[in-house]
Amino acid sequence: MADSRINLAAATRQGEAIEVRISIRHAMETGYRTDDGGKPVARNVIRNFACRYNGVPVFAVRMSSGIAANPYLRFFVTARESGTLDFEWVDDAGARGMAQAAVKVV
Amino acid sequence: MTRPLSRRPISRRRLLQGAGAWAIASPMFAGISAAATQEMPAIPALVSFLAGRSPRWERLRLELPSLADNGQAVPMRLTLSGPFASGSAPQSIHLFSEVNPVPEMAVFEFPVTPPKVEIDSRIRLAGSQHVVAVAVMSDGALFAAVSEVIVTIAACLDGS
Amino acid sequence: MPVRAAWHRPPSRWFDAGSRRRTDAVHRRVVAIPDSITCEARMNSLHNVFIRSLLFAAAALLLFCEAHAQPRALPLGVLRSGIEFAGADVRGMQADDLANPGFLWVERGEKLWREEASGASGKSCASCHGDATASMRGVAARYPAFDAGSGTVFDLEARINDCRVRRQKQEPLLRESDDLLGLTAYVALQSKGMSMAARIDGPAGAAFDRGRVLYGTRHGQMNISCAQCHEQNWGKRLYAETLSQGHGNAFPAYKLEWQTMGSLQRRIRACIFGVRAEMPAAGAQELTDLELYLAWRAQGLPVEAPGVRR
Repeated sequence: MADSRINLAAATRQGEAIEVRISIRHAMETGYRTDDGGKPVARNVIRNFACRYNGVPVFAVRMSSGIAANPYLRFFVTARESGTLDFEWVDDAGARGMAQAAVKVV
Repeated sequence: MTRPLSRRPISRRRLLQGAGAWAIASPMFAGISAAATQEMPAIPALVSFLAGRSPRWERLRLELPSLADNGQAVPMRLTLSGPFASGSAPQSIHLFSEVNPVPEMAVFEFPVTPPKVEIDSRIRLAGSQHVVAVAVMSDGALFAAVSEVIVTIAACLDGS
Repeated sequence: MPVRAAWHRPPSRWFDAGSRRRTDAVHRRVVAIPDSITCEARMNSLHNVFIRSLLFAAAALLLFCEAHAQPRALPLGVLRSGIEFAGADVRGMQADDLANPGFLWVERGEKLWREEASGASGKSCASCHGDATASMRGVAARYPAFDAGSGTVFDLEARINDCRVRRQKQEPLLRESDDLLGLTAYVALQSKGMSMAARIDGPAGAAFDRGRVLYGTRHGQMNISCAQCHEQNWGKRLYAETLSQGHGNAFPAYKLEWQTMGSLQRRIRACIFGVRAEMPAAGAQELTDLELYLAWRAQGLPVEAPGVRR
């Protein structure tokens, strides 16, 4: 699976809003489902999602089973300088996911 | 129309009214947040979060469809309109569910003030219910919004 | 239920054709066989060689037409993709490439396409097929298709697995596995927007006929046939949902109910479960027969890839 897909504008003027969109592959298992044998499937959802802009935290989400499977997020950050947006997330099982996107500010 | 927003399930009449209302209102985000005089749904987790504080029912907009295609993934948009006064920057937005087994659905946090607070995501709803969003500002001010969503079960059970 | 005779030719033509009735052996109902399948020519004078050869040519033409002129319960002009019956949530998700979760599988498929095979051949899909955007263009739109090598009709999943086993010399992928869904979704994407055009003539005819019979056969505890919902009652409500025409042009699709990607066979099995009928195994011939029938039924509808459904 692609772990995630990111979309942002190719270039933004300084001070303007960058629209950031990310789609993450994760089942966000609620813990309320049972498998074919009737056994409950253990809960495993992304708990913490964080976005850093050149190392500075700019946006974060604390999630629960109330966020749909294969989470989708769209949010805005202010364009300061060119660099990198780093995305990181951790789930209940401790598995970490990471992604990066280049930011070009003109 | 005012009715006590208790924890009882949505009645059949309400369901049909909602379905009829949905049939007329076609835009995707028809379930926009309520007006200023809004009663707070009695969600225990929300009540303990508020700890006696009263949020203002303005500036925060919670857009959810009035009738969800499927409770597993309901598109949501949260908007907090500015401008933000100096000393009062958005810190976080908390999302509460009236009926889900986990009432605190998500918290969106702003370590730095964003250029605009507009967040899209998809939420899970365990049934027809109210969803409440509360925005917390750095000076302690609270803004709230509520949206009612009807969630129906699939016509055919899917055992695949 | 008798087939409607909208296609019935008037008897003033030079050959007189009529519809024949016979009892369908499977479910003992009287079925009208339309003209286009059983045309009977009434010959006034057999001793005329000219007329005889003309009739021979006409019979040959009719046999050819027979394969392509199957009557349709849903005429091509009234076909509507399932997306037209979906709510705004689903339509929005399918239309937005980033929000469409199906692309997570498409990207997986794209990666697998280029990866070296673990099997003896060491070949990847790309080794033989090159750039999928060129070589796979239009492929999904004409599947399911007859495979001469095996003598059966293959859906896209079976075709991919056949390549893996025979050419790449490796294990087939399980149906509904993320890898197979990824590859199928990636191949389907290369037909996005193209018209469904599966062939039912020649050796595919037998599977088509079986699929057609299955489609009209009541089954399960609820004793309902596919046709009853999707041909006779499409557009009407079933609880809070609107019944679609039941086309498969958007599969494999991300279904909100499944919270994941799934194949058309999975979708068919979900319906079978819905009427509480005996569940065929994944990859069963009857499912492929139905897939072929559905592909013909959806002729002309655009391939939607990756599809999103409720």
